[in-house]
Amino acid sequence: MTPPSTTADLLETARRIGVDVAGPAAAAVDREGRFPREAVAALREAGLLGALVPQELGGRGAGIGELAAVAETLGRFCASTAMIYAMHQVEVACLVRHGLTSPYIRSYLTELVEQNFLIASATSEMGVGGDLRRSVCAVECRQGRIRVTKCAPVISYGEEADDILLTARRAPDAAASDQVLVLVHKADVRLTRTGDWDALGMRGTRSFSFSLEAQGLVDQVVPVPFADIASRTMVPFSHVLWASLWLGVASDAVSRARAFVRAEARRTPGTTPAGALRLAETVADLGSLRATVRQGREDFERRQDDADALAELSFAIRMNNLKSGAAKMAPQVVAQALGVCGISGYRYDSPYGVGRHLRDVYSAPLMINNDRVLLANAAMLMISKDE
Amino acid sequence: MGNADMPAELTEAIRGVLLEYGRLAVDVKGLDERSDLYEAGLTSHASVNLMLALEEHFEVEFPERMLRRGGFASIAVIRSNLCELLGAEA
Repeated sequence: MTPPSTTADLLETARRIGVDVAGPAAAAVDREGRFPREAVAALREAGLLGALVPQELGGRGAGIGELAAVAETLGRFCASTAMIYAMHQVEVACLVRHGLTSPYIRSYLTELVEQNFLIASATSEMGVGGDLRRSVCAVECRQGRIRVTKCAPVISYGEEADDILLTARRAPDAAASDQVLVLVHKADVRLTRTGDWDALGMRGTRSFSFSLEAQGLVDQVVPVPFADIASRTMVPFSHVLWASLWLGVASDAVSRARAFVRAEARRTPGTTPAGALRLAETVADLGSLRATVRQGREDFERRQDDADALAELSFAIRMNNLKSGAAKMAPQVVAQALGVCGISGYRYDSPYGVGRHLRDVYSAPLMINNDRVLLANAAMLMISKDE
Repeated sequence: MGNADMPAELTEAIRGVLLEYGRLAVDVKGLDERSDLYEAGLTSHASVNLMLALEEHFEVEFPERMLRRGGFASIAVIRSNLCELLGAEA
């Protein structure tokens, strides 16, 4: 199916998927820790997985603003679906922004639009202490063919994805920080599950541990050092899209709190319900979260095609602030919404329940731990002079 | 530091700081001036320490535009940036 042509159509499509498919399945996805297959099928059906691919390759050429709005919309209905969507778009962005000089990747992206491939990410690795910018595994190249073996503590929806983008050292004798990004196809990958995913929230992302053995052609290595891909695309795209979906989760929790207080007010006209004051505070805090997310997104949008501006330390600091700030605020807002709804918010069998929202959004400060993000800023602030 | 043969002196001084703070995976002495330091194992964490140490050693402050990854990509680039700040020919 052709993707929606205007931004309004795109958002309406995302909203319909949320209302009709992702929302109704969210409780079961969460309870059973299963893949949100019907929502991802709907995203495929609507052509949303390839929306970021340039028009010349058959995609829609969607901008980060549109992707962020879709992530936020999906986040209102099912956080796992929204996170899968966001992670996939980050992977597509890496290929679109850094792979178009490669005929192999161009042809892959054309196919991605036609077949609605879903891409997972295998960046984390055992033995690097959670550092995105270091790898243990290496690309072994022989006669135009490559092999990589990686112990991945987490590959979200690794079993369900069609393809995987992984980081590895450029060659067996390369330094840990001399990394490349490699696109591998599921048919050429042996995935062995080494750990389960029975977690507090984001249960539908099925973020299992795997050992991965992949092979392919040397053309499947993205032709730009991963260091540049990380700072110019992977990190800012992740932070903008994740923050957007956390905003979506928080927004829905606040919507429920508002509906709860309205219902209370209708029952006792003339008296202000007990939760109304806390609601007013929560709505204000949601506004601050929204402003933080928008400011971060616009900051990236302004410089997205300027490689030098994207490489500035001060920009990296601000993107880290977007991540850590939104990840700190979103759980607070949802917790406040729970306080407003009281026991009705605590229950799963209530239209005002926000328990799942709270568990899902508690992942925000943990996925790329906020302390790690702030520690990186602490280091950069020792040298940065930008005020 | 005298102006005579400044690039050579600078290069040696940069190598000294690199040796101490770069935590490279290769031997700094044998490193080509144009070799990519990141490929040689310079991590983003070590690069901050390197920048700080260079500022202290040469008594300069790198402006924001030099604090990009590319500004510390090789010994030659570091030297060129330092020369600009010290007002000397690279």
